[in-house]
Amino acid sequence: MSASRSVAIVIDGRAVTATEGVTVASALLDAGVTAFRSSTSGSVRGPVCGMGICYECRVTIDDVPHRRACLVVVASGMRVDTASGNA
Amino acid sequence: MTAQRRECDVVVIGAGPAGIAAAARAAELGARIMVIDEGIGPGGQIWRPSSRVLSSGRAAQWRSRLSQSGATVLSSTSAVDARSDEGRGWIVAAESLSGALEIVAGKLILATGARERFLPFPGWTLPNVVGIGGAQALLKSGTSFRGRRVVIAGSGPLLLPVAASMSKVGAKVVLVAEQAPFESVSRYTLGLWRRPSTLAQAALLRASFMKTRYATGTWVVAADGEDHVRNVTVTDGVKSRDMDCDVLCAAFGLIPNTELARLLGCRVERGSVIVTETQETTIAGVFCAGEPTGIGGVDLSLVEGEIAGAAAAGRAVDDGLVARRARLQSDAAALDRAFALRSEVSRLATDDTIVCRCEDVRLRDLDPSWSIRQGKLYTRAGMGPCQGRICGAALECLRGWPPDSVRPPIQPARLATFLVGAKAETTDEQGVH
Repeated sequence: MSASRSVAIVIDGRAVTATEGVTVASALLDAGVTAFRSSTSGSVRGPVCGMGICYECRVTIDDVPHRRACLVVVASGMRVDTASGNA
Repeated sequence: MTAQRRECDVVVIGAGPAGIAAAARAAELGARIMVIDEGIGPGGQIWRPSSRVLSSGRAAQWRSRLSQSGATVLSSTSAVDARSDEGRGWIVAAESLSGALEIVAGKLILATGARERFLPFPGWTLPNVVGIGGAQALLKSGTSFRGRRVVIAGSGPLLLPVAASMSKVGAKVVLVAEQAPFESVSRYTLGLWRRPSTLAQAALLRASFMKTRYATGTWVVAADGEDHVRNVTVTDGVKSRDMDCDVLCAAFGLIPNTELARLLGCRVERGSVIVTETQETTIAGVFCAGEPTGIGGVDLSLVEGEIAGAAAAGRAVDDGLVARRARLQSDAAALDRAFALRSEVSRLATDDTIVCRCEDVRLRDLDPSWSIRQGKLYTRAGMGPCQGRICGAALECLRGWPPDSVRPPIQPARLATFLVGAKAETTDEQGVH
């Protein structure tokens, strides 16, 4: 395995360094974010299935809402907005 | 957004082991193949491509065989609809972030894999309550679980490798709880003497987290916490105990992904797609391979994929593969019996437990006298983005409701995706999220 490089992303307005190649879901969890989205009745939710089935990890990525964080790989300069940012 | 229309001989949906084997085999036989897959690269869940973990020898071999076969692989692309091209073949509507795509093909191979069975219990919607395969997927995709206290509670052979991976990355695995009774698990394990490599693998995995208790006949009853899970309660049916944890992995085996097959009208019985000797479904020209035909694991998926690929390319079925398929299917049946679900785990939800996570519908809102269709109409259960993929299996257990029919799109799609090909009847907005 080659030495992992890092990419700079922005989570809820906060600059964060993530390892290149990881998914947005992993970057968020490692940054301490557990509330990815807010449910219809207002409870917080995070990833469950990890494979694009459950849609619980939906976040806004570069202004595109409802993206599944578990299916998207981090990219330099990416902006991710979660339910934690609305708190 | 750009819309494209492309043609090929065979389109394969899914690039896990079954889809890879099917596509590679068919392409090697000269067919023009396109593969659509939601992942970031071929591999599916078991061979999830990752920049962090080196792929196993076999995964690397199959990936390279696929790339040399001449098949075109479209990753990060979701199939949202499939229909007959007026008897001439099949049209698959797909989309990726870069646009919509319509593929016209003579034959279709469904290799859509499986998902975990989630059964609701109080607290299951808390953040950091994840699936067991879900935890493995998050781990492989880069999540660091170092130092986290992890409880794994569910059923099936997946518990052991996930516990082993978690220990390896520095998580503290507090408990592995298997709902199946000790007698079933040990009878199954003893039966493995016929499969020395499997037994060695199981022993190795067990040894790698020796400090952890593996409790059979034990299942989760509730999770607790505020911003995320902090505590979990398990029981053996007599005594309950609770323990602190940071992550709870809870799921009850795997279930086939049959949405696309059902949409096309293929016969599905007891959750699995019915296929012939050549992996053809009850709809001529539509083949199915791997987990959708019944949970059987990677070896069976590869064999079924090869058979489907050859058959879709018009070749005779190899007797050796057929014999191997029969052996692997009997192994799968033994596994299924050993880890049969006890009735208690189907009834963990209380009246107040959310069953449909997308629409926040609680068990008490779902009248037992209804059908799943009535449940949808009256409460929106199963109408959210996951389209009942999570609550459907739960409601089958909790209410005995068989799954509802499938309508396009099979997952949330952009309206633009349906405007490709611009036929009036395909622009119906109904059901588009």
